[in-house]
Amino acid sequence: MATYLEFIQQNEERDGVRFSWNVWPSSRLEATRMVVPLACLLTPLRERPDLPPVQYEPVLCSRPTCKAILNPLCQVDYRAKLWACNFCFQRNQFPPAYTGISEVNQPAELMPQFSTIEYVIQRGPQSPLIFLYVVDTCLEEDDLQALKESLQMSLSLLPPDALVGLITFGRMVQVHELSCEGISKSFVFRGTKDLTAKQIQDMLGLTTPAMPMQQARPQEHPFVSSRFLQPIQKIDMNLTDLLGELQRDPWPVTQGKRPLRSTGVALSIAVGLLEGTFPNTGARIMLFTGGPPTQGPGMVVGDELKVPIRSWHDIEKDNARFMKKATKHYEMLANRAATNGHCIDIYACALDQTGLLEMKCCANLTGGHMVMGDSFNTSLFKQTFQRIFSKDFNGNFRMAFGATLEVKTSRELKIAGAVGPCVSLNVKGPCVSENELGVGGTSQWKICGLDPTSTLGIYFEVVNQHNAPIPQGGRGAIQFVTQYQHSSTQRRIRVTTVARNWADAQSHLRHIEAAFDQEAAAVLMARLGVFRAESEEGPDVLRWLDRQLIRLCQKFGQYNKEDPTSFRLSDSFSLYPQFMFHLRRSPFLQVFNNSPDESSYYRHHFARQDLTQSLIMIQPILYSYSFHGPPEPVLLDSSSILADRILLMDTFFQIVIYLGETIAQWRKAGYQDMPEYENFKHLLQAPLDDAQEILQARFPMPRYINTEHGGSQARFLLSKVNPSQTHNNLYTWGQILL
Amino acid sequence: MSQQGYVATPPYSQSQPGIGLSPPNYGHYGDPSHAAPPPGMMKPAGPLGAAAPGGMMPQGPPPPGPHQFGQNGAHAQGHPPQRFPGPPPAHSAAPSYAPYSPSTQSSYPSPVSTSSVTQLGSQLNAMHVNSYGPGMAPPSQGPPGPLSAPSFQGPPRPPQPSVLQPGSQVLPPPPTALNGPGASPLPPSTHRQDGLPGPAPPNAQYQPPPLPGQNLGAGYPPQQANYGPQMAGAQLSYPGGFPGGPAQMAGPPQPQKKLDPDSIPSPIQVIENDRATRGGQVYATNTRGQVPPLVTTDCVIQDQGNASPRYIRCTTYCFPCTSDMAKQAQIPLAAVIKPFATIPSNETPLYLVNHGENGPVRCNRCKAYMCPFMQFIEGGRRYQCGFCNCVNDVPPFYFQHLDHIGRRLDHYEKPELSLGSYEYVATLDYCRKNKPPSAPAFVFMIDVSYSNIKNGLVKLICEELKTVLEKLPKEEQEETSAIRVGFITYNKVLHFFNVKSNLAQPQMMVVTDVSEVFVPLLDGFLVNYQESQSVIHNLLDQIPDMFADSNENETVFAPVIQAGMEALKAADCPGKLFIFHSSLPTAEAPGKLKNRDDKKLINTDKEKVLFQPQTNVYDSLARDCVAHGCCVTLFLFPSQYVDVASLGLVPLLTGGTLYKYNNFQMHLDSQQFLNDLRNDIEKKIGFDAIMRVRTSTGFRATDFFGGIFMNNTTDIEMAAIDCDKAVTVEFKHDDKLGEDSGALIQCAVLYTTVGGQRRLRIHNLSLNCSSQLADLYKSCETDALVNFFAKSAFKAVLHQPLKVIREILVNQTAHMLACYRKNCASPSAASQLILPDSMKVLPVYMNCLLKNCVLLSRPEISTDERAYQRQLVMTMGVADSQLFFYPQLLPIHTLDVKSTALPTAIRCSESRLSEEGVFLLANGLNMFLWLGVSSPPELIQGIFNVPSFAHVNTDMIPPIYSCIF
Repeated sequence: MATYLEFIQQNEERDGVRFSWNVWPSSRLEATRMVVPLACLLTPLRERPDLPPVQYEPVLCSRPTCKAILNPLCQVDYRAKLWACNFCFQRNQFPPAYTGISEVNQPAELMPQFSTIEYVIQRGPQSPLIFLYVVDTCLEEDDLQALKESLQMSLSLLPPDALVGLITFGRMVQVHELSCEGISKSFVFRGTKDLTAKQIQDMLGLTTPAMPMQQARPQEHPFVSSRFLQPIQKIDMNLTDLLGELQRDPWPVTQGKRPLRSTGVALSIAVGLLEGTFPNTGARIMLFTGGPPTQGPGMVVGDELKVPIRSWHDIEKDNARFMKKATKHYEMLANRAATNGHCIDIYACALDQTGLLEMKCCANLTGGHMVMGDSFNTSLFKQTFQRIFSKDFNGNFRMAFGATLEVKTSRELKIAGAVGPCVSLNVKGPCVSENELGVGGTSQWKICGLDPTSTLGIYFEVVNQHNAPIPQGGRGAIQFVTQYQHSSTQRRIRVTTVARNWADAQSHLRHIEAAFDQEAAAVLMARLGVFRAESEEGPDVLRWLDRQLIRLCQKFGQYNKEDPTSFRLSDSFSLYPQFMFHLRRSPFLQVFNNSPDESSYYRHHFARQDLTQSLIMIQPILYSYSFHGPPEPVLLDSSSILADRILLMDTFFQIVIYLGETIAQWRKAGYQDMPEYENFKHLLQAPLDDAQEILQARFPMPRYINTEHGGSQARFLLSKVNPSQTHNNLYTWGQILL
Repeated sequence: MSQQGYVATPPYSQSQPGIGLSPPNYGHYGDPSHAAPPPGMMKPAGPLGAAAPGGMMPQGPPPPGPHQFGQNGAHAQGHPPQRFPGPPPAHSAAPSYAPYSPSTQSSYPSPVSTSSVTQLGSQLNAMHVNSYGPGMAPPSQGPPGPLSAPSFQGPPRPPQPSVLQPGSQVLPPPPTALNGPGASPLPPSTHRQDGLPGPAPPNAQYQPPPLPGQNLGAGYPPQQANYGPQMAGAQLSYPGGFPGGPAQMAGPPQPQKKLDPDSIPSPIQVIENDRATRGGQVYATNTRGQVPPLVTTDCVIQDQGNASPRYIRCTTYCFPCTSDMAKQAQIPLAAVIKPFATIPSNETPLYLVNHGENGPVRCNRCKAYMCPFMQFIEGGRRYQCGFCNCVNDVPPFYFQHLDHIGRRLDHYEKPELSLGSYEYVATLDYCRKNKPPSAPAFVFMIDVSYSNIKNGLVKLICEELKTVLEKLPKEEQEETSAIRVGFITYNKVLHFFNVKSNLAQPQMMVVTDVSEVFVPLLDGFLVNYQESQSVIHNLLDQIPDMFADSNENETVFAPVIQAGMEALKAADCPGKLFIFHSSLPTAEAPGKLKNRDDKKLINTDKEKVLFQPQTNVYDSLARDCVAHGCCVTLFLFPSQYVDVASLGLVPLLTGGTLYKYNNFQMHLDSQQFLNDLRNDIEKKIGFDAIMRVRTSTGFRATDFFGGIFMNNTTDIEMAAIDCDKAVTVEFKHDDKLGEDSGALIQCAVLYTTVGGQRRLRIHNLSLNCSSQLADLYKSCETDALVNFFAKSAFKAVLHQPLKVIREILVNQTAHMLACYRKNCASPSAASQLILPDSMKVLPVYMNCLLKNCVLLSRPEISTDERAYQRQLVMTMGVADSQLFFYPQLLPIHTLDVKSTALPTAIRCSESRLSEEGVFLLANGLNMFLWLGVSSPPELIQGIFNVPSFAHVNTDMIPPIYSCIF
């Protein structure tokens, strides 16, 4: 039998699912004693080049409260043409199209290798992709120029029938009408006045009188309804010119003031515009901002430069005047956008904070991207932005819209909640637990923007009572149903059905222990911790994490009392404490040395990346390159920093190449240019190549740092490694660190 | 006429039962004796005629003749209809003075009655009522004859009181024969005063219910619709026949004699006389208190220490010394100031004084500016202020020695020492926020709602702007205009345009938030026309097409002004908005108006509501506009009621102009509109102005009328003031005035020029003071008086019933004249109307004022037109108001085509029109061409290029409003 590791990997490959426990404790009591909850990381749209979507619709269980989808776990009576739902045990007739079904002629969804299957829905109108650019014009000239170029470039990447819109803002907010000949026309809004969706739609003339609406409806042609969103093929030239002519905000900014930036109103108008024209259609609002909102609803800081933007210190002291109100404003917008299936991206490039803390919910709740950079004129932004429009092997965008994720469980399980870029759809049902972990109280979530790596943590609760044992060989099943709008504008449904064995924790603890997925568990616990950190005080979260770790060790560790050295953890748990250690030090839980914006940025990405990336974030990877052997991963510890090594650290957000002292001296001496030291040249090149590889694949682009021993940027490395050797125990390294 | 005059019950309005002269008794309208239609009345069009059919009267009945005078019963006696003009031969003598000797004598046993005021009042009333109380003077009560004699035997002081008898100046008829009732074959009541130019005709047809036999009705109704604004009909103020009338009428035999219209003092004659004596001469303003030539007289004015009458005219050039005297005479003391009046090219333009950083020299106490009235003393080291008598040190930089007569040696070198009008360059102290002002801006705001697009108006405006923008006003020495321009179009929402010179194409920015309008752009909205010419032309070409498919009917208005004002505010410059608007702003926005035109209010105490703005939004908007130096000029193209009273408020209060083109039709009205637009853009104008009128001790300015805004009692604020706007200022005594020192007035206007310079314009005027009433009357100027009365009455219209206002006007006029009669004229028959020479035509003019449609409630005149004229008059100067109230009537058929001279005007009366003639009537606002039905074909051929009267196509020329004075 394959090892659990292989099993886990195989499952992840096929279904995009990783459970913290792969054998489930069979009763509520035992489950709680396991400390780490039964949970999984789900990557709903994991890329499956080998999975061709089927061109028909799924077969549903006929029980109205169940509606589970036919899957390989169902029992099928081929003769009677019946199937039994494995969640509610309802017996269902196959639909007429399945009359030819037999043991040898199975539909794909019954084959075991199709535990994950994708259906294409042919019904209904195909809605175009919609991209609404919301562009800050209070930028420095070169920043604006770079941004304009990036935007113009993006137009060429969009599919020709995609609808695009443009809103610019500064002191005022301008909604540009794109189909005008001879004159460029825009609707202007005051940046200080909050408008309701109705007002915005009235003012933009979107609420046409009843008559035309009724006429438009039968046509079912969404294209006509808005002048502000036009197919790119029609207005490509216009928009390119318009972007080219975009001026910096013309209102004078006096010395000692920040420019007046109406981000709040601009976003509100963008949301209102889409709400009025394309509700329940996939759309991306892309906000490009170069500074904090300084006026109107959603303002984060006043325009006086002498008053700095809030810091963690201010927040703790309850000194952040605008934070609560602004957060409320953006939350309201995010919820409205989420309701309509629109996602909001935030591209914030500035040296100072831009108010991501307040605006984070826009991206977090709608599944939008959040990108933070120093300037629009950096490759970090340019390449990140370009990568948004990257395409998969079929030539489709790696993005999906307006998804709803529905989770169905067998009776022994209930759903406690989810942590990820989603909002609750508030669908209560028999399989919804009363205990909430993350966003709970529902069995369905809306994810407005998805990409193949978007990953949710979904938490379950075992509800089986201790005195109602599960029969031997019983399996628990979970079905994930993700309906979404594919970037090819099709509606699709991806169904993943998984099952795991139950085990009695008293008699089969070893089984359960062996099936522990410590990586998944670490990430799932980290997500819970980060989720808590958003609302609770930092120290409380740390204490909670510590307690969980201690309890876990208590439960699964083997030790003799009063003898620390005797402590042992089995292989499947051995890395877990280390993950927790680095998690405690990570910027996701520690705010020291990070601005509120940075914390929000880190947490945003942590809550949506898949397991591998999340682990990198928790515990950065350190590779060592030396003449002593091939590149190898080394401990993230200060003892790994050696003079004759090159280190490559990947923290997800940064890639640091660090040359040890000797290597740095050699390089300074120019050995790499001498033919006889070609191997040194190769050694220097190796980490660069590896770094490039990482840079190519990662979204968002990490900050790339190339430094050496004693370089100022070496701090990025030194701050991450475990300070096992410090000035307190400096017998070999003291002088170096000094 | 002071304001309180309107508040109090007019003392003179009470009828005096015993006398029977009070207005209510003029009730002859219902008199059955008029039942038979006078033969001469045939022409129904008659009085209306001129007016109604638009001067063309193609099919109309024969032009009016004379006849209306006959109706009072003349024909009842079988007399042949009398053809006026031309004195009835039979009664050549009688009519000449009969009018004024009517019943009064009978009612007053003693000749010179103390109630002469009342009597005059009623006489005036009678003039416009057009009927002199019939039957009130039974012959038996004949007054003593002799008393009337003196008045006919030459006035004691020949030039001064002219006894109002046309003939009297030439040869007074023997008094006895005419005055004595017994002697006269005619009872007094027969002395009709119909002859007064105006009232007569209407009188005939306006009798409320036409009596069955009067046969008037048939021809009239269709024409009434055409009644123009000025259609007068003072009689209407006495609705319904007066009960007493008929009965009294029945008694006395109906005389055939009526007042000879020619016997009334003729304004034409007065004007011509003044032209003859003073026209073409040089009028030097070197004498205190001298009365200038009439406004109608063309002469060269030379500033020699007092402001030219083009800038300031006074109701009287000799103030009474005491307030008691002023009260006694009731002559308003007022000045009509037109600080930016246009000066003909043959007169010297204003000198500009620049004291550099020192700024103007001013009195320390009263802050009056250095002027010829400052007396230098102590060898030139100090000077005494002529206004407050404060003795000031002469600033060192300004010191100059005095000559042997105590005059500074540089007297003739410094304009401020020797001239009545001059300008100062203002220092930063005189600027807003102590910053030099920016050059002003013009913002053009075009209503692009459906109707304006459809009738081509938008296209017309856009085309015209392309050429007219080349002619923006500029400083004399500058090459190009410093004025920047901006463009906004609007319907229910506002469209701003970015026309920055570096743009390839204009950018349009739509502001839909009309509830709280704002300016969406700063840079590129207001641009230099020369620099952005191509973008602007591009825009103007596009605007008509851009909205070609728009179906938007609703418009906003207040937000438009707000937007323009905010734009100027944002650009930190004063300026002027040109708004082209055509409909009632009914869209949901501040300043939204509803149609409240309610004819039922007419002739009620609530009538004044029609003249008041509907909401106070416009009032506060005007306040903001003035505060930011934003002047609003409105071009209105209404096709129905648009509530001018509300829309016109901001233009009025911000010193702008309201132009109104009813039922605008491209082929008929575009020329007029384009001319108005060009003139308005090009005319001389000052922005962001504050005017202050300082006076010497003893009196002060108390009341101000005009296109102004006042935040306190002294500073007259104007967003802009142009060469056509005048401010009328009323003065009151607060102490005695000395005959020696006279009364000094200094009017200072601080303003920003079209080039963005801050300047002070100073006008000084010195008046005489006298304790003799006769001096006062001698120095009056009727044209200015009428201007004052018109403005004060039109201002009062907002607060008081029209009836009260009319009564006050009548009574005050009567009082003024009575006071003269009592105190200055030698005793004469009570029946004799005696007028001071300077006020000879005052009764006629007042009558014209009373017949203006603002003061006269007539349902067929649109509320908008009345509100429009009310606001129009408020900013008029003396010359404008003179022409407006007494239009020029030119007999075109007498025109000598070979000469450039215009034919002499004739008296503005319907009776002066003849069937054979062609007449042009002009009041400064409209022109009417009146074609007699039998006017010479060659003339018609020459003018219209059609063979005869019948071929004239009225469509070729603009519609004409009826207008009779």
